[in-house]
Amino acid sequence: MSEFLQHLINMLVLGGTYALLGIGLTLIFGIMNVVNFTHGILYTFGAYIMFIVVHQLGVNFFLALPLAVVAGWLLGAAIELSLLRPLRGSDIDTTMLVMIGAWIAMQSGALWIWGGVAKSVTTPFPEAPLVLGPVSVSWLRLFVLAAAAMLIVVTYLLINRTKLGCAMRATFQDQDTASLMGVNVDLIYTSTFAIGSSLAAAAGALLGPVYVIFPQMGDLAAVKAFAIVILGGLGNITGAVIGGFILALAEELGAGYVSSGYRDAMGFLIIIAVLIFKPTGLFARSERVG
Amino acid sequence: MTRTFRIVPAIALAVALLGGAANAQTIKIGVNEPLTGAFAASGTYVVNGAKIAADEINAKGGILGKKLELVIEDNKSNPTEAAAVAEKLITSDKVPILMGAWGSSLTLAVMPKLMEYETPMVVETSSSGKITTTGNPYIFRISPPSAIEAAAFKGIVDKLELKKVDFLIINNDWGRGTAEDFSKMMKEKGIAVGTVETMDQGAQDMSAQLSKLKGTDSETIIVTTAVDQLTLIFKQAAALGLKKRIITTGGSQNPDQIIAQAGAAANGTMHLTTFLPWFPEKTPNPEATSYFIAEWKKRGYDFAGCTESFRGYDGIRTAAAAIEKAGKAEPAAIKAALWDINIKGLNGDIVFRKSGPEGKESGQSQPNVYLIEITDGKIGMKTL
Repeated sequence: MSEFLQHLINMLVLGGTYALLGIGLTLIFGIMNVVNFTHGILYTFGAYIMFIVVHQLGVNFFLALPLAVVAGWLLGAAIELSLLRPLRGSDIDTTMLVMIGAWIAMQSGALWIWGGVAKSVTTPFPEAPLVLGPVSVSWLRLFVLAAAAMLIVVTYLLINRTKLGCAMRATFQDQDTASLMGVNVDLIYTSTFAIGSSLAAAAGALLGPVYVIFPQMGDLAAVKAFAIVILGGLGNITGAVIGGFILALAEELGAGYVSSGYRDAMGFLIIIAVLIFKPTGLFARSERVG
Repeated sequence: MTRTFRIVPAIALAVALLGGAANAQTIKIGVNEPLTGAFAASGTYVVNGAKIAADEINAKGGILGKKLELVIEDNKSNPTEAAAVAEKLITSDKVPILMGAWGSSLTLAVMPKLMEYETPMVVETSSSGKITTTGNPYIFRISPPSAIEAAAFKGIVDKLELKKVDFLIINNDWGRGTAEDFSKMMKEKGIAVGTVETMDQGAQDMSAQLSKLKGTDSETIIVTTAVDQLTLIFKQAAALGLKKRIITTGGSQNPDQIIAQAGAAANGTMHLTTFLPWFPEKTPNPEATSYFIAEWKKRGYDFAGCTESFRGYDGIRTAAAAIEKAGKAEPAAIKAALWDINIKGLNGDIVFRKSGPEGKESGQSQPNVYLIEITDGKIGMKTL
């Protein structure tokens, strides 16, 4: 029983970060309809910003986090302005190829600047875990879960409760009408991509110190983010959050009770099942198809 | 028009041939190591060790009157890439001998290429038994296979009072081979073997596996993987309140790096290693060890990398000694000469003995294995 409780705690901690990865991508992939292959590298970028700011500039850990988010926002805006804006209106394949190119170029850049050897970030949290009866969890991970939950709520409110969010939704439903209503469409494109990117960077900045930081760290994260978005339904923030927790649960229980060798396969088995039985994702309205 | 195009490949070929001839001023050794991906840290250390050996050899006049040149390629911690890199080094760079490829799965992927091009390779790190038992006569291994590690460990299991052990292994030839060889040894000693948990080579979150291991009735966990994953395991085990004894194998732990990155979580852990940079006087060749460590520090590398890099140093010295003995930089002659060398390695004399099916034996030297323990952030030796 205590083992099961520990798996549930692990699932909560892991699911929070998966959810964060998922909502960033669902904004870009789901709402903007850009197959964003740079999501993983923005995650990596966020983690390296943490490393630079904490270890090379000597800034406090908690101040470094917002800096990484801002850096992710700026890099995202730069990608949108330089690559996506000239391609707006071209077909999804062209954009996808350009994004694959950007991913490879940026990953090679990271390798060139920082080298292939993993780096780690020291944190101000105590090494001794928080023990709650039969289960225990590290303080750093609790902090990551709390920060992820906060970012998810802020993003949800931003999309669903603010004028900017309303303009974003309107723009990607019907650009022309939104533009006639006085929405600055160019600005909405850039800010949506930048917000999605800053969420990826935030996930990297939070998880980099939990794990280790290396140029390819974003690859697996990006694959999982795509899985979560598909699971939750394109463009659905609540769906992405729940999708993140479902993936984490499948991985934890799969590794704990089936076989740890197939841990990463568990999530994808669920995705395949979802795509067969409910191809629009678990939480999307059926009208999104086609 | 057609004619012109036919001439182009001919010119290209001529340039390639002339280029090859011009390069014959040096003697090349191909180095096939993971410089990116999951094993980047370890592979980079091995290459830095290899460079120290090459510089030392060149400072003493090179081999056969020519300069030694290392052609270093990145196999990206990926078996497919490792095979491609071997092919590139042999066919395009024309190296007569290789060193590589760090991981067992990487080395196993390279092995058919060695057969195809009849080129020998010094295996500096890999520990899967399969490498020297499947009948590849181009393999010359200086690292201990996991069976030798298990045999060395056998002597101390009574003192450690092992009753039941679980395994947490990297899910590739290295990890699976270790679990197999150690389980066999444990059973011979009457020690029960519990569950064997695996992790993907790129996995960063082992909490699920560790939670499961926390719940078993074993008192010891044998862990096999490289340093980056090991530090994560120690941190995550501490976060889960896992209090069992952890013993690691494989010699790619970089204990100082574990102490630096995992902190208090590293205390009480034991590691089977193949080099003792902390106690140069206790190594088989103290003088050579001291030279190597001094040179390593002089170049500003992290001391933690010594336990990994010495293999690159020994591997290149092994290959160079064979070229010198062969008298020419040709694969067949070097392969024959490898059987006759006897050099003072940092972890024992490197002399190859036959291993594997008769008629197509691989070479295997007999390096030492040590058990160290981390207590209060310090490394101490346990006698095997």
